[in-house]
Amino acid sequence: MTLGDGARIAVIGAGPAGSMFSYFFLSMAETIGLDVAIDIFEPRRFCHRGPAGCNHCGGIVSESLVQRLATEGIRLPDCVVQRGIESYTLHMDVGDVEIATPLMEKRIAAIYRGIGPRSSEPLETHSFDGYLLDLATQKGARVIPRLVTGLRREEDSMRVQCADQFTDSYELAVVATGVNSRLTEMLERESGEFARPDRTKTFICEFHLGRKVIRETFGPSMHVFLLDIPRLEFAALIPKGDYVTLCLLGDDIDEALIDKFFSAREVRERFPDGVIPGHVCHCYPRINIRSASPVCGDRLVFIGDSGTTRLFKDGIGAAYRTSKAAAKTAIFHGVSAEDFGNHYAPLCRRINNDNRVGKLVFRFATLVQKARFARRGILAMTAHEQRQTDSPRRMSGVLWDLFSGSASYTDVFLRTLHPAYLGALLWNLVAANLPGSPSGNGRAEKGGHGHVRH
Amino acid sequence: MAGLGKNYKAGEVIFRQGDTGNCMFVIQDGEVEAIAESDGREFRLRTMGRNDFFGEMALFEEETRTATIRTTKPTRILSIDKKNFLGGIYEDPSLAFRLVQTMSHRIRDLTERLARYEQQK
Ligand SMILES: Cc1cc2nc3c(=O)[nH]c(=O)nc-3n(C[C@H](O)[C@H](O)[C@H](O)COP(=O)(O)OP(=O)(O)OC[C@H]3O[C@@H](n4cnc5c(N)ncnc54)[C@H](O)[C@@H]3O)c2cc1C
Repeated sequence: MTLGDGARIAVIGAGPAGSMFSYFFLSMAETIGLDVAIDIFEPRRFCHRGPAGCNHCGGIVSESLVQRLATEGIRLPDCVVQRGIESYTLHMDVGDVEIATPLMEKRIAAIYRGIGPRSSEPLETHSFDGYLLDLATQKGARVIPRLVTGLRREEDSMRVQCADQFTDSYELAVVATGVNSRLTEMLERESGEFARPDRTKTFICEFHLGRKVIRETFGPSMHVFLLDIPRLEFAALIPKGDYVTLCLLGDDIDEALIDKFFSAREVRERFPDGVIPGHVCHCYPRINIRSASPVCGDRLVFIGDSGTTRLFKDGIGAAYRTSKAAAKTAIFHGVSAEDFGNHYAPLCRRINNDNRVGKLVFRFATLVQKARFARRGILAMTAHEQRQTDSPRRMSGVLWDLFSGSASYTDVFLRTLHPAYLGALLWNLVAANLPGSPSGNGRAEKGGHGHVRH
Repeated sequence: MAGLGKNYKAGEVIFRQGDTGNCMFVIQDGEVEAIAESDGREFRLRTMGRNDFFGEMALFEEETRTATIRTTKPTRILSIDKKNFLGGIYEDPSLAFRLVQTMSHRIRDLTERLARYEQQK
């Protein structure tokens, strides 16, 4: 089951996964002289402000993805990058610490999936998803602005059906609808063999603070909170242009949890005069917490969030990896279940296995959230490392990769087993909790990179 | 605040011939020149602009930089870690495709220059 000249492919959804699949598929086809066509089905218009043009996410493009895209020749233009992030600031009840990139270089991009929050001013901004879709159309993909409502297997093709009775058949159907779509639910119900990804509810909102306030209070830093709030796995404030995005991930985020988060002193202190302003835009998107199964069939493949993604981190990076692996399989091997099973599914399995380790890492983070002495030790170790320029930054590296999603969970976990890491942690746990130590009996505050102050 | 990488002023040296290094660079905006230094004299090898990369040899060899790179105008440059790059290639060898293509163009360019030089001798 291979694709020949004249083959037609349907890509359902133009989030990062669908657009990157189309871009890489058409680039590879061009390289080997294969004449194929792609139709991308996407009803969303990325030039709309607010939820209508947005695929709801924190909007962090990880360090590793920025670097891989640059290596591929895909440069994120300034109109897409709302802010280059050069550090993370960790906020805990025992103090704050800023973790900077060794080169003081902006390696992480804060982007908008659409062109900004509801009621935002028309600025020189461009949607990240819109930019990727433009890359795909420049390679020759055609966009069909329709919602797909049905996908049926025929003898040697896949039939796509849309809400307005439009229908067509294709040699390959690529499902890239993410997890907020009805299509995977319908496929699960009708096929009886496919289980869509497990999901949980998250929360995102946008605050309008203006560039000056953001520069003074947030800087080019992403602010991450490690708080003792049950069910909250990850909370971050991400500065972008005139706005700051709040992103809460965890187990079924609800209003009670959000209220608890907003009432935390560490959060209120981030805002001018300690007052949390009203938000201009908010949503409760779902996030994939367990892969679909299976992720492929004959002439059918699930990529990005609708297939497999990384747990709570670097979802766009996972969309890049899965979309490119699926494109390579379809071009160089074929489009049967066996081809995808041999050449695409192994990547999904690797991501799933890593997510299992990720769950362990998050469980450990929950323990830290509950143990004040552990938080003190972590704060002291990180702050000390940030003050040194030539010694290994073990805790900073672990936290950086955990927050940014730049390394696999397995890599992060293995680094925490290193004797030097464990030794330094133990030492800092003891030193930071001795009576009279700087952080032993109060709240320490940051003043510059790693300078912990009372 | 927008934009990725690190800003350099015109005339700044990114690295010098003979330095050791373990990352390559991609130009986000601006222009740099590659310069060979010999007997105290400088020879401009090429100029590079947006999306071009340099310093890639350091990713494959434990050797020193073969040329000096200097900006010719205000320039923004993103560095690519060896670990991230090689990890990416391990998972997806096609990630090196563009690099191989560019290196092949550079070999072709140098071969042509060498041929011209031999003719002039
Ligand atoms: C709260 C939250 C914060 C996050 N923060 C980050 C972050 O900071 N960084 C990061 O890397 N990842 C983040 N993620 C994960 C990231 O959003 C996803 O991994 C990523 O969007 C997946 O891309 P995708 O293309 O698979 O799906 P999506 O981005 O969901 O795109 C799916 C597309 O399919 C279209 N579609 C759906 N159904 C149909 C249909 N029936 N017919 C036609 N088109 C259809 C949709 O309109 C949409 O455009 C976050 C997720 C959440 C929930």
